[in-house]
Formats: sequence, C-alpha cells, structure tokens
Amino acid sequence: MDLSFVILVEILYAVASLVLISAGLAVVFGMMKVINLAHGEFMMMGGYVTITAVGLGVNVFVAMLVIAPLIVGLIGLVVERLVIRHLYGRLVDTMLATWGLSLVFIGLATMIFGNTTTGISTPIPGFAVGAYQINGYNFFIIVVSVLLVAGMYAVLRGTRAGLIARGAMQRADMAAALGYSPDRIYMATFFCGSALSGLAGAVLAPLVGLVPTSGGAYIAKAFITVIAGGPALIAGLVSSAASFGVVSQVFSFAVSPVIGEVALLVAAVILLRAMPQGITARLFKGKL
Amino acid sequence: MTRTVAREVLLTLVVSALMIWTLPMLIGTYTLTVLVIYGMLGLSLGLIWGFGGILCFGQAAFFGLGAYTYAIAAINIGESTLPMLLAVAVPAIFAALLGAMMFYGRLGDVYLGVITLVVTLILFKFVNSTAGPQYTIGSARLGGFNGIPGFQTLNVPGDPGAYIWGDPYFYVCAVLLVIVFLLVSWLLRSSFGRIALGIRENETRMGLMGYDVAARKTVLFAIGAAIAGLAGALFANWAEIVTPNLFSLGQSAEIIIWCIVGGLGTRIGPILGAAGLAYLKFLLGQQSVIDNTLITGLILVLFVLFLPRGLAPAAAALIQAVSGRARRKPDARRMRRVRHG
Repeated sequence: MDLSFVILVEILYAVASLVLISAGLAVVFGMMKVINLAHGEFMMMGGYVTITAVGLGVNVFVAMLVIAPLIVGLIGLVVERLVIRHLYGRLVDTMLATWGLSLVFIGLATMIFGNTTTGISTPIPGFAVGAYQINGYNFFIIVVSVLLVAGMYAVLRGTRAGLIARGAMQRADMAAALGYSPDRIYMATFFCGSALSGLAGAVLAPLVGLVPTSGGAYIAKAFITVIAGGPALIAGLVSSAASFGVVSQVFSFAVSPVIGEVALLVAAVILLRAMPQGITARLFKGKL
Repeated sequence: MTRTVAREVLLTLVVSALMIWTLPMLIGTYTLTVLVIYGMLGLSLGLIWGFGGILCFGQAAFFGLGAYTYAIAAINIGESTLPMLLAVAVPAIFAALLGAMMFYGRLGDVYLGVITLVVTLILFKFVNSTAGPQYTIGSARLGGFNGIPGFQTLNVPGDPGAYIWGDPYFYVCAVLLVIVFLLVSWLLRSSFGRIALGIRENETRMGLMGYDVAARKTVLFAIGAAIAGLAGALFANWAEIVTPNLFSLGQSAEIIIWCIVGGLGTRIGPILGAAGLAYLKFLLGQQSVIDNTLITGLILVLFVLFLPRGLAPAAAALIQAVSGRARRKPDARRMRRVRHG
C-alpha cells in the first residue's frame, strides 16, 4: 500500500517535471516554430538567477517564481531582437543559431560562475509514508506544473492576447492585415517562452547541482516531449509527458534509473516512428 | 569529361602531397594528426548533409561507435587490421538499420535531426553507465565514464609487434584522408552521386522519376557513417583511449559547426572547417582569458546570420568576382551540349 503510494507520487512527479521542462519549448517551438536548442541554457540561467538571488537574501519562492522568469524572459527578449528575428521561417538555421547561442551561454556562465557545482537546499522538508521517505518538494513541483498548464490554457483560450497570438502564429500576414504587428507578437511570445523556461530551471534548481553545462540534460527530453506531442500545444504536452513519464518511471523502478532514461529515449524513437506527426495529429485532434 | 576528372585527381594529389610535406614543419605532427582525423569526420557529415540533404545531428554516434568497436575488437583480437575493418563496418551497418527505419518511415527534416540526436544520447547514456565489471565484451571491459584504455594500437598488417605511431602515423592518416576524399569525389561523380544531388534538390520529383529515394538515402547515410567510423578508429589510435565523450552532444555540435563554417555542398569545405576550427580551439585552449565554448558558439551564430553558405563557397565567389573570369560559363555550355546533342 505504502509502496504503491510512493510509486504513484514518483510517476506523477516524473510527468510533472517533464511538463515543466517542456512548457517553455512548447511555446517557442510548438507555437513559433523556432527550434530553440538553447532551451536548456535558458533553464540553466533560471537556476543561476535563483541561486544568486537567494544568496543576496531574497526569499526562495520569490526568487524562483518571480525573479528568475522575469530575468530569463528579458534575456530571451534580447536574444530574440538580436538573433532569432532574422531567422523566422528558416527552421534549420534557427536550430544552428540557437545551438551557437547555447554554447555562448555555457561559456558565459562558466566565466561568471566557474566550472563548479552550486546549489541550494530544498525549501520544503520531506516526510515519511510507512517505511518510505517522500521528498516534500516533489509535491511542490506537481502543484506548480498543474498551475502552469492551467494558466497556459487560460491565457491561450480565454484572453484576447492568447487569441491574437495563436492567430498570428497561424497566419502572420492575416494578423498584420487586421492591424496587429506580428513582429511585436513574436517578440512577446518569445518573452513568455523564455520566461517559462527560466521558471522551470528555477523550480528544478534545488533538486540538482547546477553547473554551466546542466542545460544539456534537459534539452533532449524537452524536444522529445514537444515533438511527440504534436500540433496541439497543451493536449500534446500533457499527453506525451504522461506517456514518457510513466515509461521512464516504470523502468526506473523495475531495472535502474539509467535504464529508465534509456527507456524514455527508446520509447520516443518508437513513438515518432509510429506517429511521425506526433500524438495529437492522430488522437485529440483539434484540441488546443 | 575524363580529361577534367584526370586533371582534378592530379591536382588533388599534388596539393595534398605538398600539404603533407610542408605542414609538419609548421605544426607538430601530433596535433596535425588529430586535425586530419577531424577533417575526415567533417567530410563524412559534409557528404550526407551537403550532398544528400540529410541533416544528421548524431554523426558523433558513428564516430564513437567506430572508436569503441576498434578498441573492443583490438583488445579481443590483439592485432589491428581486422578491428580497423570492423570499425568501418559496424557503424555502417548500424547507420543502415537506423536510416532504413527513418527514411522508410518518411520522417521529415526536423524529426530526423531529433531522432539522430536521441540515438546519440542513448549511446552516450548507455556507455556512460557501464562502469560495472559485468559489462564486458569478450575480454574488454566497457569501463563506463572512464573509457577503455590500453588497447593494441595500429600495427603493420600481419605483424602485431610493429606499431605505427608518431610521424608515420600522421602519414597514414593523411594518406587515408586523401584516399577517402578521392573516393567521395568518385562517388559524387557517379550516377549514384548525381541522383543523391537530385534527391537533395527535390525528393518528390526523384521519387516520381522512379528512383527508390528511401533506399538511396539509406545507402548514402551508411557511407557517411562508415567514413565517420574510420575517423573514430583513427582517433582511438591517436588518443590511445576511448571515452563516452566521443558520443557527447558537444562533439555532435562541433561536427555541424565545422560543416557550416567550411561550406556545405563542397567537399573541401568541411575538411578545412574541421581542421581550422579544431586548430583554433587548440590555440584557444592555451589561454584562459576567454572561454573556449563561448567563441565556438559566437562563430556559429555569426556564420548562420552573416555567412550561411560557409567559407569555401564565399571564398570561391570572391575569387571569381576579383578575377572577373566567368568560371561558370564553360559548365553551362557543356550542359547545353549534353542536353541538346
């Protein structure tokens, strides 16, 4: 009984962290069709901003939930103005340029913070269930990712800005003809995407030791989740995160954590081979 | 046609002989060897990406696979000839299987890139976690993140005692690169190569003309992997150790950067890009003011933004503009003659 509860929490946590890791990329890649290979580095910067802010005496939650997304979003804005906006519609070029950017960020972080591992302790204590110990912070991550998905859905579905953004992503010329500036919409959307990445990096920072290259750990998972999700933004994100989270966690329990990671990747290859356009191209069609 | 081919082969041989003769006076052969090996690796991606239109994010997978195959086989066999052949064959077979899965599944550009990236990551994660003593192939322990040291390095075929190392090893690598370069030139000039170019330009059209696009892409992909595997085996011989870093994302990224900087769609571009940037990295590694990765990244961003076709085509265009000679013209006339008899 206790064990099954622990396993359930672990699976939920795995799904939630996949959602969190991929949310920013879902906006930037899924909506804007910019293949952002610097996504992991945006997350890494979110982590460093949090740690720096906490070091300066800011409350952990304020640093994670407010400061990190804001600062990373602003960095994203600068990046968009300098590089990305010249490359819209050139898929392979965005991929290469953002790869270059990711190397630049890794280099900068190495020069500023050094090549050593830094970290902060988790602000929420763990507790025991029967004979097992559960990390209390896992619940925080599950709550954050649920709120995040709900928030994204509300903004894209319910607000005028969301509607305009979705419209401009589908037909930029039509949006322009209706009097909205696609340039500014793209800018704002990229800001939101990088802010989400920064948030994810900040929230996950207490769980991992942060090094300048830690973005690389997230990038593949994020891409797999978003691509396997397919065209529908939120339905795809949630459905593919759910399937990969379950696969990796089941294999982690059955064999070992490394095999769990490998199982996730193998599942992704099989899934893409079976559904080259992603899950939501076949199932949940026409959902947001 | 045959006269121009003969002239080009002759030119290649003369230029490469000159470079093999003069370069060791400028740079130490130890560094030079690895530049040559990277050149070969760059050429392998330049072939499948520049001429086949297949953007493979996992060329490092084949490089690493070649190196590991060589190391494991060399420990088990104790001689280097068969391991060298295996190091070419294993990545080629692996690429053929992977390529068949992807190309017959009609996966698009981006998905192809992501799958090759993921496969590289799987290999990296798997090899990285094989530190335990239970992971052995024959008498070779995989060693996890520590890699495999202490295998038999290259020897004269048939005589396991006669090692090839130092200056002679550089000449072996350089000659192999020239041979591979000539083979690639020959392949591109054959009907297979021209059909590959056609597939790069317009896949649907070539399919409608009756060519089996998926099969041809698979074969080209496997050829690229074979060259990368050979480069991997040579690298293993040079470094005398193989580590999981050969499979890493950074390594994959670098190969792509070489091709972009050197110039896609040329044979010499990726080689020069690889050797040049690797040497630049070597020089930068000797100072500690600016981080190495930062500069590599900046180069990539600037090239994508300002010089997306790479150095070699840009230089060619510049020379053409300066000399004022219309080098395209004879080609065009010949094409007309071919077309209209």
